[in-house]
Amino acid sequence: MSTSFDEAALASGDGSSRPVDPSPPLSPNPPDIAQRLEVAWGESPGLKGWFGSVDHKVIGIRYLFTAFLFLVVGGCEALVMRIQLARPDATVLTPEQYNQLFSMHGVTMIFLYALPILSGFSNFLWPLMLGSRDMAFPRLNALSYWLFLAAGIFLYLSFPFGAAPDGGWFAYVPNTASEFSPGLNIDVYCLGLIFLGISTTVGSANFVVTLLRMRAPGMSINRLPIIVWGTLTASVANLFAVPAVSLACLFLWFDRNLGTHFFEVSGGGQPLLWQHLFWIFGHPWVYAIVLPAMGMVSDALPVHCRRPLVGYTLVAMATVATMVVGFGVWLHHMFATGVPTLALSFFSAASFVIAIPSAVSVFAWIATIWTGRARITVPFLFFTSVILLFVIGGVSGVMTASLVLDWQLTDTYFIVAHLHYVLIGINLFAVVGAVYHWFPKMSGRMMDERLGRWVFGLMFIGFNLAFLPMHWLGLAGMPRRVWTYGADMGFSTTNMIVTIGAFLFAFGLLLFFINIWRGARAGRVAGPNPWDGPTLEWAIASPPPVYNFAVIPLVASRHPLWEDRLGDTDERSLFAEGFLLDQGKETLAVTPLDGEPDVILKMPGDSWLPFALSISLMPLFVGLLMHSVALAAIGALAALIILILWFAPHPATVQDEAVRVYG
Amino acid sequence: MAEARSLEERLPVHGMGMVGTPWWGMLCLFATEGILFAYLIFSYAYLGSQGYQSWPPTGGPPGLKLALPATILLVGSSFVLEWAKNRARAGRLVIARWALALGILMGIGFVGLSLEEWHDKPFALSTDSYSSIYFVLTGTHLAHVAIGLIALLVLLVWSLTGRVGAGHEQHRTLATLYWHFVDVVWLFVFATIYLSPRLA
Repeated sequence: MSTSFDEAALASGDGSSRPVDPSPPLSPNPPDIAQRLEVAWGESPGLKGWFGSVDHKVIGIRYLFTAFLFLVVGGCEALVMRIQLARPDATVLTPEQYNQLFSMHGVTMIFLYALPILSGFSNFLWPLMLGSRDMAFPRLNALSYWLFLAAGIFLYLSFPFGAAPDGGWFAYVPNTASEFSPGLNIDVYCLGLIFLGISTTVGSANFVVTLLRMRAPGMSINRLPIIVWGTLTASVANLFAVPAVSLACLFLWFDRNLGTHFFEVSGGGQPLLWQHLFWIFGHPWVYAIVLPAMGMVSDALPVHCRRPLVGYTLVAMATVATMVVGFGVWLHHMFATGVPTLALSFFSAASFVIAIPSAVSVFAWIATIWTGRARITVPFLFFTSVILLFVIGGVSGVMTASLVLDWQLTDTYFIVAHLHYVLIGINLFAVVGAVYHWFPKMSGRMMDERLGRWVFGLMFIGFNLAFLPMHWLGLAGMPRRVWTYGADMGFSTTNMIVTIGAFLFAFGLLLFFINIWRGARAGRVAGPNPWDGPTLEWAIASPPPVYNFAVIPLVASRHPLWEDRLGDTDERSLFAEGFLLDQGKETLAVTPLDGEPDVILKMPGDSWLPFALSISLMPLFVGLLMHSVALAAIGALAALIILILWFAPHPATVQDEAVRVYG
Repeated sequence: MAEARSLEERLPVHGMGMVGTPWWGMLCLFATEGILFAYLIFSYAYLGSQGYQSWPPTGGPPGLKLALPATILLVGSSFVLEWAKNRARAGRLVIARWALALGILMGIGFVGLSLEEWHDKPFALSTDSYSSIYFVLTGTHLAHVAIGLIALLVLLVWSLTGRVGAGHEQHRTLATLYWHFVDVVWLFVFATIYLSPRLA
């Protein structure tokens, strides 16, 4: 097995000026064609190019940047809470401030960090991995980002007014009914989640249609990278799950502002309806924020083990199966609410069953490491730690699938430990590993490996120091969501350890951001394929040209860049010749299953419309919040006009076009 | 030597119907909107089965005097719009516009009858859980009808001003398809609100 990978140079950090991979990209980029494509695909100058960009790579990086910003904000909220909880009977925070902090911490991490960060990776990577030039709906893609940002700002604008959501990220009624939660706090939550739901929905629809249409010829469904499977599954799930929470929030907002009786008991309302709708959404969402991350591990870990993923088909099918079962386990969040025993038994059984598809990836990763020739790089360290943390979080999850144990453990710190092992373990550790892995593709430069090892060490030790003892705290009976505890309860020492761990973990993350910043400024030049990866994104320059592929590749296997060394097929993917599509801003659409060339798509250029539509929704939602009909009407009218402009037909229609090829 | 060249073969640009990207986008919209109505109907059933002894709590099943003509108007409008689309495809743009206008009028008729029924109800939005889910379920559907009507009106204006011409079949198809969707959703809403209480 030959490799262009320069191991010694990589280990020496950023001292050398020679690219890690000095060879030219496998996919040709002839200068005359590049110039023509640059004109068609390049960004508009000035403000329009900035606010109107529809380039999936730009949008992807914006998603990553913004989601990391929210991670920092949510992390700081957690640290303040940890200061409050470090010692018994502390008064750093008032109970009301503590309520707002833990609610915003949850809302921020789950809604504003965990999914958007994965959308960022998928946005950046999908067209590169699939061999296309863009997503199916570039303007919708931009809209999805701007709406995410607008909804995040909407949620956070309430903070200075002391009106941030304070009912937990799940906002259970009747605690959040107007009787017990007067003030705007919960209204901000309801409207904010509906606002953000629009962003998630349009983003998900874009991924689904992109998968169906926007691939290189030959990229059939059995050749898709696993991250594509993961994001596709999550996106389909979001389309079906998000309306549940949007509806629940609408009901709650009506109950609070228009006197309806959806949850309000006096008029025949049912408080448990909130929990049903919330968790019908909430549990699939939990899988939506881990499956794409697991997909990133499944794609990137094998590169560092220098062999293909073990059990590709099983992992792909397990990804889908996890989500299907994931729609049938929501009641396990409601074991203690007095639901009939028959329903409890069914949902308890389903919660045990879901461990099986969830564990398939774990065994596939272990087998890949075992049978591969691992390179102990920073991404490898993060990806292997995902396995360990996932197993710990998974086992505590299986424990709480048992009714009797759950009744004992629910609403204690055991659950806090479990959910952080799952979410940080599978999402954040995978994300940080993926940043190290794909940063060279995004920026053209490597991140420093030596500093990276410090980052890993601090994060790994800090994380376990912070969250492993929480299992003990939970077993000892310390309840969640309580602002302080007494000195005589025996929680003091453990809580101090947890706080120290949390700060270590945060310090590791700080070093990580420094690592990114230094890498972007002065990291070693990467070249097209620094890790010697097998998939299409490594066949083009780093960072990629704005049109991705000058010549659309023709895909013949699952590992187009490893075909010679794997030797498991006689067919070879074609890079040097293929579709050119250089008559304007255009790309190829293929048939949904087999990836046969189907039609030529003319892609839209930079546009103000997505940004304008997001801006117009701001007065609409602020108007609803403040009961200002005029403001809301202005926003709605503006949104309507923008939508009409959006769908305005292009005056000139072309029925067909001659096929342009290269080679 | 590798070079750029054009082949004899041609590929369609954008493509129509199932071949077009917007068609798939519309299906995604139907999926997410369809499930929204499923959750609304679930909430209706949940509130009905968990709360009161009888459902609706007072007054028996809602009458069909206005709802049945409204349903006939809405279902009929789907056929009229399909006809309009086919006429446009055949190049008969004048008939197509009249048919489109007729479809829009039938839709407005549905909205009028629905609002009349709202007006006649002895209860208000905030009376009890039944009134809440009744108004929000029918109201959410009515909002979708309104959006569909706006889309059809814009299509009519574009057709009259020549903005939508012979090559814009996609616009007609998708606007009509959305209307069909709203129509099918109504059948489920109708079955939930008007028929299901009669079964019990």
